[in-house]
Amino acid sequence: MLRQSKIIFGTGRKIASHHGELTPRVLRKNTARPSCHCLSSVAFQEDSIPPQPLIKKMRRKEAKELNGSQSVQHSLFDPELRPEIKPNMDIPSFASPSMLTYTGNKNYPITTKLKIIKPGEDAPEGGCWPVFRLMDGNGTFRNGLNDGFEFHSSHSGESHGSSFNSSTMEKIPDSEEHSLPHLRESLKKMYPLHMNELDQNALLVPGKYAYEDTKSDNTLLRCYTQMVRLREMDNILQNAQRQGRISFYMTCRGEEAIHFGAASALELEDTVFAQYREAGLLMWRGFTLQQFADQCFSNESDLGKGRQMPVHYGSKALNYQTISSPLGTQIPQAAGAAYRLKLEGKKAVAVCFFGDGCASTTDFHSGLNFAATLKAPVIFFCRNNGYAISTSVAEQYSGDGIVSRAPGYGMAAIRVDGTDVFAVSAAVREARKYAIEHSAPVLIEAMSYRLGHHSTSDDSLRYRSAKEVQRFTDESDPLSRFQQFLQRHTDISDNELNKIEETEKSGVIDAMRKAEKKSPPSMDALFTDVYHNLPPSLLEQQAQLKAHLEKYPEHY
Amino acid sequence: MFASRTLQSKSAIRSYQRSFLSTVAASVSGNENTIQNSEVQMNLFTAVNNAMDIAMKTDDSAILFGEDVAFGGVFRCSQNMREKFGPERVFNTPLSENGIAGFAIGYASMGGTAIGEIQFADYIFPAFDQIVNEMAKYRYRSGNQWNCGGVTLRAPCGAVGHGGHYHSQSPEAYLAHTPGIVVVMPRGPKAAKGLLLSAIRSPDPVVFLEPKGLYRVAVEDVPEGDYELPLGKAEVIRNGSDVTIVGWGGHLTVLSKACDRAKEEYGIDAELIDLQTILPWDTDTVEQSVKKTGKLIVSHEAPITCGFGAEVVAKMQERCFLSLEAPMQRVCGYDTPFPLVFEKYYIPDELKNLEAIRYVCHYAQ
Repeated sequence: MLRQSKIIFGTGRKIASHHGELTPRVLRKNTARPSCHCLSSVAFQEDSIPPQPLIKKMRRKEAKELNGSQSVQHSLFDPELRPEIKPNMDIPSFASPSMLTYTGNKNYPITTKLKIIKPGEDAPEGGCWPVFRLMDGNGTFRNGLNDGFEFHSSHSGESHGSSFNSSTMEKIPDSEEHSLPHLRESLKKMYPLHMNELDQNALLVPGKYAYEDTKSDNTLLRCYTQMVRLREMDNILQNAQRQGRISFYMTCRGEEAIHFGAASALELEDTVFAQYREAGLLMWRGFTLQQFADQCFSNESDLGKGRQMPVHYGSKALNYQTISSPLGTQIPQAAGAAYRLKLEGKKAVAVCFFGDGCASTTDFHSGLNFAATLKAPVIFFCRNNGYAISTSVAEQYSGDGIVSRAPGYGMAAIRVDGTDVFAVSAAVREARKYAIEHSAPVLIEAMSYRLGHHSTSDDSLRYRSAKEVQRFTDESDPLSRFQQFLQRHTDISDNELNKIEETEKSGVIDAMRKAEKKSPPSMDALFTDVYHNLPPSLLEQQAQLKAHLEKYPEHY
Repeated sequence: MFASRTLQSKSAIRSYQRSFLSTVAASVSGNENTIQNSEVQMNLFTAVNNAMDIAMKTDDSAILFGEDVAFGGVFRCSQNMREKFGPERVFNTPLSENGIAGFAIGYASMGGTAIGEIQFADYIFPAFDQIVNEMAKYRYRSGNQWNCGGVTLRAPCGAVGHGGHYHSQSPEAYLAHTPGIVVVMPRGPKAAKGLLLSAIRSPDPVVFLEPKGLYRVAVEDVPEGDYELPLGKAEVIRNGSDVTIVGWGGHLTVLSKACDRAKEEYGIDAELIDLQTILPWDTDTVEQSVKKTGKLIVSHEAPITCGFGAEVVAKMQERCFLSLEAPMQRVCGYDTPFPLVFEKYYIPDELKNLEAIRYVCHYAQ
């Protein structure tokens, strides 16, 4: 059940471009906002239909709302039962908002200034840490004039550059060289406020060599390509589960900017401890679609030898620790791993991902406390996507999210817009620098929204409205924002965008078909690796099973 | 009212040496070539300290950490370690057992050797998620790409005379139900040093339980050099032909006394086996002995229901059914929390074991 592509062509002139190269483009105001064809509406609507009576109720209520009714209550949200959730009908302006609203109906002031708040520095006043954001919903970089938050002078750091005035912008002549460095230069002219950042941002630095999957050194385009690839993989493998071809799947919709923003700012020496919604990091490092599919289909090529449920990826070669299902266990482990890196004198960090729900576990507390006290260079990255299965953040904590806990541990921290791939990349880059320089941990809280269900065992429309999901899809889907950036500032054509989507889609299907055909791992893999060597007890049990199978070969 | 078992008295030490060491085979079944001839009197905490000292000298990646480890530890197992190896390798952690276990796993996953100390085995339970769900499954779930074999978690366990609920527990039964970890409990200083060195160097994660009652009282000649005792191997510490008795840890001193009395009072020759490694355990040695004697008694301090004795007995009835001449006995703690003032009633002491020995031997007649 794959959605139909829907393409809206933008206006404006086209400049001939080479595949893999991007030509910088004049910033156009009032551009019709194009829609990314692989996004369309709420991603999962068609495959989770609420039971019959509820549909009628929903449609009636929704019709009322559309007709401008005063009532903003959705039938799934009974204010008596869940008073903390008040549906918010305010849709903030896409152009440079000063505040953002996430689930839980709290408003977070936005800052265009990258500032890691160090231990001992004043935590932000007003009880609400600001969200660092570079790129707005329409793909432009912020001009800093509409920030909802100002750091006062006691906070050290860069100050704002001069504000941007579009009328003083230059056009780029046709004959100039087409390349990522050239794009960077033109962006710096368009956004002088962000000159320093644009020089450093990993997404705007070409790769040392051509990337294996895209065959080009264009990091920016590779990031977009992989975001599409991840989105397609999620769509197709989720459907595969619905069709009974795999047993389970978890999507990453809405969090692609976190994955690729972070991955682009890290090195291979940085060991990753993930939770379960970080597949993009592995993808960026080089895990192929075939390897993803093999793990999900638990076949003989699965690096994990078919022992765990789908999406429990791991790769020693790519320095990504195999994930486990219990939440939070990876947090103190990351502290220990970082400590090892420190003792070895390596200029590398451990990076630990977890969600907003996981930040309530005991291991979160222990892990952060250990890292801060023992001075371990670890980046604790919290993906605050608003939900822990059905539990919204309003029921998860009472304070100001997770980042506000950092001063309590004596730890540096920053809150970032997790749907802005540039901001995430910048924040992780700075955090990594800090962690290595000070041998100290940094907590990053990335605000985002979980567009998909928790997993294939979940139907999230049972606890949140389709309207809420649609709203966040419209406002903060990282893929559409990134696409708009590309369409504004480069010459990427709709044909090329289409082609990327088609290529990635067929790549996923191809990998899936191949994975399905492979056999499961050998039965010996049931008994090996429990210990380094097989103990006598397991040799005995293995022999028993073999004898049993010989007796009943058809049954198994 | 209380047994006059003061831990620091010289008479207690002498009593240990007389009753236990003299009647058990003082065997060290390691590689004879690597053991230096010189031996030195050590008690249990000195032997543990010595083992860790050697481990950290021979492995630059080894670190030792836990609550109060820096000043020497509440049982002095880590004394002088920080002075020798520095504050980066020997340090206190915040008070969190799950943190200690998780930190150890992460450190070991990057190829290091992590020796984590849990202050009392009674407090190991917050670390159970890390032990059962992470430590035990780290290698398996990753398809052998990753492992945390460098982890050794040490914890004092067992009755001490006045420990009550929370300073006396022996949690080996909970741990033994976890495929993927190794659980070891030494019976004295000499075994402890060799087993601990093996545990630290083992490619598998180990939980090393140290009978706290023996820390000061158990004194014996321990080789000074670097030696290892094999994990997964039980040891027959007293030969006999009438009945097999299986135990582990500090409780073997009690069992040894029971064997002495059985010999004196009833002329029964008991064979006493120290399991040493609880998981994976040496079924062959016990099977061999039970087939010879036809009678089995397992005795441990932990509560009887689902204690590790149940596993030993179940396995032996599988293997030795036709050789058995009497029902197998478990002489264990009652199914109660470990009581303070009632400890002497609770403990499966030498008299209760003597009764069991007499029962099975006369049953057969």
